[in-house]
Amino acid sequence: MTPSTLQTLPQGIEYVRILPEIVLSAFGIVIMLLDPLVDQRRSSRMLGTIALIGSLAAIAASQYQTQCPPGTAFWDMVRVDAFSIFFHIVVTTVTAVVILTSFEYMDVQQLHAGEYYALVLFGAVGMCLMSSAVELVLIFIALEISSISTYILAGYRRRVAISSESSVKYFLLGSFATAFFLYGVALMFGATGSTSIAKIGETLNAGPVPLLAYVAIALMFVGLGFKVAAAPFHIWTPDVYEGAPAPIVGFMSTAPKAAVFAVLLRVLFEAHAPGRLWLIWVVAALSMTLGNIGALVQDNIKRLLAYSSIAHAGYLLVAFAALPSSGIPAAMFYTAAYAAMNVGCFAVISHFASAGERRVTLEDYAGLGRRSPILAATLTLFLLSLIGIPITGGFFAKFYVFSAALQADLVGLTVIGVLNSAVGAYYYLRVIVMMYMREPREETPVAPIPFGLGAALAISGFATLYLGLLPGRVLEYARSAAALLR
Amino acid sequence: MQSHILSMILFTPLVGAILLLFVPKDNKDAIRWIGNIFAALGLLVSIPLVPLFWAQRAEPGFKFLEGTANNWIPSIGAGYNLGIDGISFLLIMLTTLLGWVSILSSWTAIETRVKEYYIWFLVLQTGMLGVFMALDFFLFFVFWEAMLVPMYLLIGIWGGPRKLYAAIKFFLYTLFGSVLMLLGILFLYFNHHTLTGVYTFSIPELYKTAPQIPFHYAIWLFLAFFIGFAIKVPMFPFHTWLPDAHVEAPTAGSVILAGVLLKMGTYGMIRFLLPFFPGVAMDTRVRGWMIGLSIVGILYGALVSLMQKDMKKLVAYSSVSHLGFCTLGIFALSPLGLSGSVLQQVNHGISTGALFLIVGILYERRHTREISEYGGISNVMPVYATITMIMFLSSMGLPLLNGFVGEFTILQGAFMENWKWAAWSVPGVILAAAYLLWLYQRVFFGTVTNPKNEKLHDLTPREVLTFAPLVIMAFWIGLYPKPFFEILEQPVNQIVHTVRPNYPGLNGVVNASTQPTMPATEPEALIRAVPPAANAKGKK
Repeated sequence: MTPSTLQTLPQGIEYVRILPEIVLSAFGIVIMLLDPLVDQRRSSRMLGTIALIGSLAAIAASQYQTQCPPGTAFWDMVRVDAFSIFFHIVVTTVTAVVILTSFEYMDVQQLHAGEYYALVLFGAVGMCLMSSAVELVLIFIALEISSISTYILAGYRRRVAISSESSVKYFLLGSFATAFFLYGVALMFGATGSTSIAKIGETLNAGPVPLLAYVAIALMFVGLGFKVAAAPFHIWTPDVYEGAPAPIVGFMSTAPKAAVFAVLLRVLFEAHAPGRLWLIWVVAALSMTLGNIGALVQDNIKRLLAYSSIAHAGYLLVAFAALPSSGIPAAMFYTAAYAAMNVGCFAVISHFASAGERRVTLEDYAGLGRRSPILAATLTLFLLSLIGIPITGGFFAKFYVFSAALQADLVGLTVIGVLNSAVGAYYYLRVIVMMYMREPREETPVAPIPFGLGAALAISGFATLYLGLLPGRVLEYARSAAALLR
Repeated sequence: MQSHILSMILFTPLVGAILLLFVPKDNKDAIRWIGNIFAALGLLVSIPLVPLFWAQRAEPGFKFLEGTANNWIPSIGAGYNLGIDGISFLLIMLTTLLGWVSILSSWTAIETRVKEYYIWFLVLQTGMLGVFMALDFFLFFVFWEAMLVPMYLLIGIWGGPRKLYAAIKFFLYTLFGSVLMLLGILFLYFNHHTLTGVYTFSIPELYKTAPQIPFHYAIWLFLAFFIGFAIKVPMFPFHTWLPDAHVEAPTAGSVILAGVLLKMGTYGMIRFLLPFFPGVAMDTRVRGWMIGLSIVGILYGALVSLMQKDMKKLVAYSSVSHLGFCTLGIFALSPLGLSGSVLQQVNHGISTGALFLIVGILYERRHTREISEYGGISNVMPVYATITMIMFLSSMGLPLLNGFVGEFTILQGAFMENWKWAAWSVPGVILAAAYLLWLYQRVFFGTVTNPKNEKLHDLTPREVLTFAPLVIMAFWIGLYPKPFFEILEQPVNQIVHTVRPNYPGLNGVVNASTQPTMPATEPEALIRAVPPAANAKGKK
């Protein structure tokens, strides 16, 4: 940026381009301010409602952005176009669903709600900013905003040892990974003389690619790969997911991942990252295989889904190895579908876990089909979607990713992918077997589904089915967005 | 104007399933009535198809077309596109008939979780019908995969002692096959785009471009599809899921599994494998392997049946043997072989469906399927014994009954290609007579040796009603199979013509649809037709 651009103050439209972030921050601050003023026993419901309104307002703000002409803001640091709006909507919708899930969870676990909702909203601010930032330093700041919120949230059940373990582990390894990312950014600046993704792209596209740029991409990829739990940077995932509060696991396995995938798409495609193909090939194949093999032997449903999320990061990365024209929309679609089904899964888990999260093993799910047919049916829908059975979003997402990979002649990777998805079916089916084909261990009825959770399940269930039955509109939107990135 | 009769047939069971969702689960009789009414309705709405189809049986191409090539997901070129020819017509009628029969047979057999049972059964019915109707490869695959879930639950919830093992094995085997098939579908899809510039999953469109794929790529695609279908059929050596699934499934599940689901594999071979890869199918080595596996299946299935102590397992292994005849007919690649094969698929649905019902009736009364537990049953259950005799004779291929017509035509077709193929398969017929008659002898003849069998009551009117349509069909096909062959003549000749353009004496064949759209295919175009990476796969 030149001094002259610095002197021009931001125009009104530029504030609209960060409207979702502004809305979320404002509501987060309001919650922080209100927290000491309201009675502790009643604060949970009220602060939650405010947070919900905040996330709904952010969805509306993202919708409003579609009405405005696309463009950059704040001295080319932020760009709002169909691509970033797509991820804004995914992130804010996930936030709303997680807040709806948390209402009951906070009461049952007897957790103090104050900072919880504020942190969820602040985390969402970071994620939204990540998907619209087109400048590496801003991306780093956004990444930190989102990461720090999730570090704290992971340890929110502070009286429970594994929750604190989860938080510390996540924090230590996470800071290490973001340091890698920052180092990569610095080297990239050294290699190309800019931190703006568009300018880096121009430089790398124009001349010979310096070796430094390869190292920079690799280091940045380490940082981002950690955040999406891609192998071999996945070791933290099962432990962190096991200890963190269930709704938060639903949150951090979907929203930050979606945002980081948005960053990856920008860095790899818009900046014409060198060495993309083989880097992605290896990481994708490793993630799919290690994730699925790891999940086969899990008995704790949160750990099982942690390994499953590693595998899904692998499927998603397959799209990154494909051609931009089909790979980018495939990755975007997968992100949305995965967010819908996984956040739904964890909504069910949060409810069923009960006080102290004592029901999280597969054995506990025995006979759920009889004890709570609706809960079991919705969980089955999400699991089938994770397997990739037709009429669910998961099927079409996988289908589209693999077809993009085949189009780019990645036959080997595609074969690894489809075989993995057949292996993966086994452990999801184990859960379904437990729910429908085993006798219940205890006959006590499951707590009735409260309104908030019902709404969360309805939203994610509807989204899963909609993306599976009528994927056309979302796909078209993703395609038009992807065209902007090249 | 488009007729919507196919959609009506397709969705009637699904409407029933949705309606059942709103019936309270404790009202078991209401659930049973609604389930049965919709199963019967599913059969009734398919009956008008018979005269309508008969009137245009000789016309070429697919009939009763619905939808357009890309009306569902335009951006990838997938459409809700239905249509049938003679082959799918017969299998659809078989599905609606067996669907009704098996739902009727479940009235007393299913006592637990009745509501879910009928819902899943009706959903399964829609899935199976969709597979036979889809003219769009994407739609086909959706039905093919979606149908796994209800079948998995039917085995896993209402099955026998080892139901969990059987259900998961069934699911994983089939899923493994179908993901390979999905890769094949995608290859054809991109190949079509390279040749024509159009992205489409429309099956009639893909018929035009797929045969142009050069042999060394086509062989791998052939294998991908073949494994998917062979697991479903199941052909030897992919059959190991079948005995488990059949034995553990509830009676009605076995009937549908044997009667319809297995036919999806053979249907896939006829509908896709042959017209897509005619060059590979006609290759001497490939054909030799296919015929060889079919013959091994025929003999192995029959020999294993002979050794069984459990009635249901016996019937399950006999399916492997009978389906071997079907695949033998397919790869005989002659009009006789193919039409015999389709007819034998229908026959197998009728007779083996009936055999599973027969086993189910004894099991419901005695809760055991051990052959040694029985003996002299014809004294206490004469009606049952008579019906069993008819169905056994039908299954073993006695003249005047349906099995004979199918097997004879297949053997005739095989003989005309190579007499050794027929010679090796004939022992299968003899063994079938052996294991079935020996079973009959041990269960029905003699005096009642086991006191527990003395009080068995004969068939109820409802049970007789379940057998009635099957017995009628068995006699009809056995005595007057001409209409069936007439229905099959056009589509079968069309397929034979695609695979072997010089085969003499084919009627009702349209040349236009089998000719490549491009006037002359340049060598470069062929090379571009398949991405170079296919080569890499080839080397592995």
